[in-house]
Amino acid sequence: MSVTPPMLPAPAPAMSDAVFALTLALLLLAPMAIAGVALINTGLSRSRSAAQAMLGNLALVAVASIVFAFIGASLTGSLGLKQVVLYAAGKPWSLVGLGPFLLRGLGVAPPQVQLAVLFEFLAVSMTVLLPWGSGADRFRLAAGFASAAILAGIVFPLAAHWIWAGGWLAALGANFSMVASFLDGGGAATVHVIGGLSALAVIWIAGPRRGKFPREGLSTAMPGHNAIYVLFGCMLALVGWLAWNVAGAILWAHTPLTALSGTAINTLLSACGALAATYSVTRFRFGKPDASLCANGWLAGLVASSACAAFASPVGSLFVGGVAGVLTPLLVELLELALSIDDPTGAITVHGAAGLWGLIAAGFFAPQAGQLLAQLIGIAALLGFFFPLIYLLFALLNRFVPFRVDPDGERMGMDLHEIGGGAYPEFVIHRDESYR
Amino acid sequence: MKYAGLLVMPAGFFLTLAALALFPDPGRRMAFVLCGLAVEGMGLAVSVRGHMLPRGTSHS
Repeated sequence: MSVTPPMLPAPAPAMSDAVFALTLALLLLAPMAIAGVALINTGLSRSRSAAQAMLGNLALVAVASIVFAFIGASLTGSLGLKQVVLYAAGKPWSLVGLGPFLLRGLGVAPPQVQLAVLFEFLAVSMTVLLPWGSGADRFRLAAGFASAAILAGIVFPLAAHWIWAGGWLAALGANFSMVASFLDGGGAATVHVIGGLSALAVIWIAGPRRGKFPREGLSTAMPGHNAIYVLFGCMLALVGWLAWNVAGAILWAHTPLTALSGTAINTLLSACGALAATYSVTRFRFGKPDASLCANGWLAGLVASSACAAFASPVGSLFVGGVAGVLTPLLVELLELALSIDDPTGAITVHGAAGLWGLIAAGFFAPQAGQLLAQLIGIAALLGFFFPLIYLLFALLNRFVPFRVDPDGERMGMDLHEIGGGAYPEFVIHRDESYR
Repeated sequence: MKYAGLLVMPAGFFLTLAALALFPDPGRRMAFVLCGLAVEGMGLAVSVRGHMLPRGTSHS
């Protein structure tokens, strides 16, 4: 193993001032996606935990950004300097970056690098919100902050280095005589699959909400408290996602300007295909369309588009979204009813599973043959390395900062217990007993 | 069961890495990578089974 200067797999084309301005403008719109996910997280929590959920969304973004600025950006390696490379079987495996701490040198870095770092800040902010939503109604704020720090300081930087910043997955084509390297222009892997897997780890460690899985009968339905927040969050997310995918296509896939409108159209079509599919499936299965599942379907379409919107055809994007939209309600039901996984926001399905599907679809729709193999290698790394790593780190963390609120706190509601005041002080709040 | 599954998953990942290191031709690589993913899937299934709580059990 040695520490060497960065070996980028392929030099990125120089960025003109106009492209820099366009990408920066897009990245300034991208936080709308984060706002959308925050609204969805809040709307799908119960009314007695709504303020805690929204405060958590905001505070987790702050914690993740600070930790990423201090440590994460250095380990990602986008700012250059050095990286840790393991030489095994005669091949270099770039494992982690060793850039300057505290973002030193950001001001004099090339424009493209500055934009890449900004993209990573937004990506890490989105990543930490996904497990937070899944832990709704029992995940403590302190544990949320600590888990966000771990994700932003260790897990996300490793993934971003491997996939975006010259790591071994980004160099599959150059170093391992493959036709192509792993492709993830919009963060389907680094943001959504990592976030979805983190959500599963949080749910397993924190356990289901009290009364969710009673001794007899089906699981208890605990619907989100505000469908309007959820659906408006989906509209906001669309705006952010359009900007996010186009900016990602410029930065990571080096998509030509003439293909950018196609990327945006593909993103929209994927979401629309997913919504149509989820609407149809829920209408067929339950007799009426389900608003919460339709929102999940819409978001799953956006997530799937993150992987392949830059190069799929419009019909292909509709298909990718349609498959994500069919899978979403079925998988949500399977996880809850068959596997006893209590995921209030559906992040495992919407972000984890749809992200994996998008990455596989990218293998089929990419212009170069052999892309599928690179995508499968990336997926194997996400499932076989990152998921056990996340679970291990979270399980250790849980020993020092318990994830789950105490039973009295859960009965009282996270708002009163954790922040001393409710989101809707004039409303009557349901007690647990009212569910069953 | 909980942890056994999680320990099996990296084994699948190492199969994938072995495919990259050992086989230059895409066909064998693909076969090994698919085997690695299958092992990871089995590990995940075991882990899911291990985490399923008996109905009515309260989580501590």
